[in-house]
Amino acid sequence: MTVAERLERKWRRFTLGQRLARYAFYVTTVVAVIVSLRYVNVIPEFLYDAPSQVGDLFGRMWPMDWKYLGPTITALIETLHIATLGTILALLMAVPVGLMAARNVTPNYGLNLIAKFILVTSRSVNSLVWALLFVAVFGPGPLAGTLAIAFRSIGFTGKLLAEALEEANAGSIEALVAAGAPRASIISKGYWPQVEPAFWSISLFRWDINIRESAVLGLVGAGGIGVALDTALNLLYWDQVAVVLLAIFAVVILTEIFVTIIRNRVL
Amino acid sequence: MTIADKGPRTRPFEANWLARIGWLLLALYVVYAGAQLGFSWQRFSDGLGQGGKFIARMFPPNFTRWELLMSGIVESLQIAVLSTVVGIVISLPVGLLAARNLMPAWVTWPARGFIALCRSFHPIIVAILFVKAVGFGALAGILALIIASIGFISKLFAEAIEEISLKQVEAVRATGAGFTHILIMGVQPQVLPRFIGFAAYQLDSNLRNSTMVGIVGGGGIGATLFTAYQRFDYDFVLAMLIVIVAMIMVAEIVTGWARKVFQ
Repeated sequence: MTVAERLERKWRRFTLGQRLARYAFYVTTVVAVIVSLRYVNVIPEFLYDAPSQVGDLFGRMWPMDWKYLGPTITALIETLHIATLGTILALLMAVPVGLMAARNVTPNYGLNLIAKFILVTSRSVNSLVWALLFVAVFGPGPLAGTLAIAFRSIGFTGKLLAEALEEANAGSIEALVAAGAPRASIISKGYWPQVEPAFWSISLFRWDINIRESAVLGLVGAGGIGVALDTALNLLYWDQVAVVLLAIFAVVILTEIFVTIIRNRVL
Repeated sequence: MTIADKGPRTRPFEANWLARIGWLLLALYVVYAGAQLGFSWQRFSDGLGQGGKFIARMFPPNFTRWELLMSGIVESLQIAVLSTVVGIVISLPVGLLAARNLMPAWVTWPARGFIALCRSFHPIIVAILFVKAVGFGALAGILALIIASIGFISKLFAEAIEEISLKQVEAVRATGAGFTHILIMGVQPQVLPRFIGFAAYQLDSNLRNSTMVGIVGGGGIGATLFTAYQRFDYDFVLAMLIVIVAMIMVAEIVTGWARKVFQ
């Protein structure tokens, strides 16, 4: 290549391959949107009376039926128990799976793969589907809800835990190995102190999510405030629905404030 | 100085009584809450027997009604794609308005309140309200997932903008660029890769939820799934679950690829 040729060459930020990949991404997106818009089954006539329907909805919701507040709060406490117990159960199951998935803790490719498979399966099935399965097995009620929350959360907590473990500093682990520490001690004195902040942060984060998720599990019969919501909806008592929605909103806001405070104070 | 001079031997790992009490309280809570919810070993072991029967009825998966299955899956995909795209388009200005380093406080607070409102309800509950507003069908599901997308993407987008380096913004401003140009040349290049990451994650999340909004009448495979479940057609339920999980895994691979392209 002569100097003149080199001077002629235009500077480009991305290589040809990168640009082609980006164009492919844009084209795929546009095609997906056009195809979806073209074939999606939307009835535009339904949109015309939406404002009046929304007005009707609020008209039916107001005034709220405060007598329903008692049952709502009972159901709300059940939801909080489901979310908390589900999170604890999930952590109990996620710790061994997370340990198995972390490549530095378990240097065995086969075991890593099995653990990753468990994590992916747990995440790919929606919490409502988990709830459906457990309702079929254990019958309607909070047991099904708790197990659904737990099984759904393994994937999330286990994956993040495994990532935290893989980022752990190898120096203190090597020191323990050199001192002849047994496996249990290596985990409890070497890895645990390093991943403890991440562990609590993950637990809080998931607990926050689980409170939102457990509020809808009752729609399929898995206990909690969703059952109160479902009953009110099926009877078209919108003034009771409003009370339940307000209660869910209040709990979600309070949880978020609580989690933020703990995060700032402790972590 | 010999070792003996160092005073009495201390334990290398001090026992932490506060933590022990904390663990004990946690264990007590588990027992208490379990009792409140009426958990018992009897119920659990009964359930395991039921579980055996349930699994037996699920196998083999029944794909004979595959046309119904595929039409539901396709509708779920359409809901996910449209709600993600519209949600992103709305999230861009909302996230920008919520970024505290570019906007004054009187703009960020309303924007942050709006984002918090979008995030506070589960998409399924939002779908219930939209089903009442616009009737049964895919439109209610799309609108519900748009709200969910706004809540998630705007929040993370605002945080991403708040973390950018202001030096580049200043450099662009020094050339005499207007606000739009600062956004395009100073802000956009810094946040685009992360933004694509959020969008990809939201597409995954919307895809999962679009398979579920049908339970409350929001379109997609959920309605078919729930009806089959209530009619005890467990073999058809399993067939649908296999297809849903396969679709979600494929989507995760595709979005992972998209993320790599923009890194």
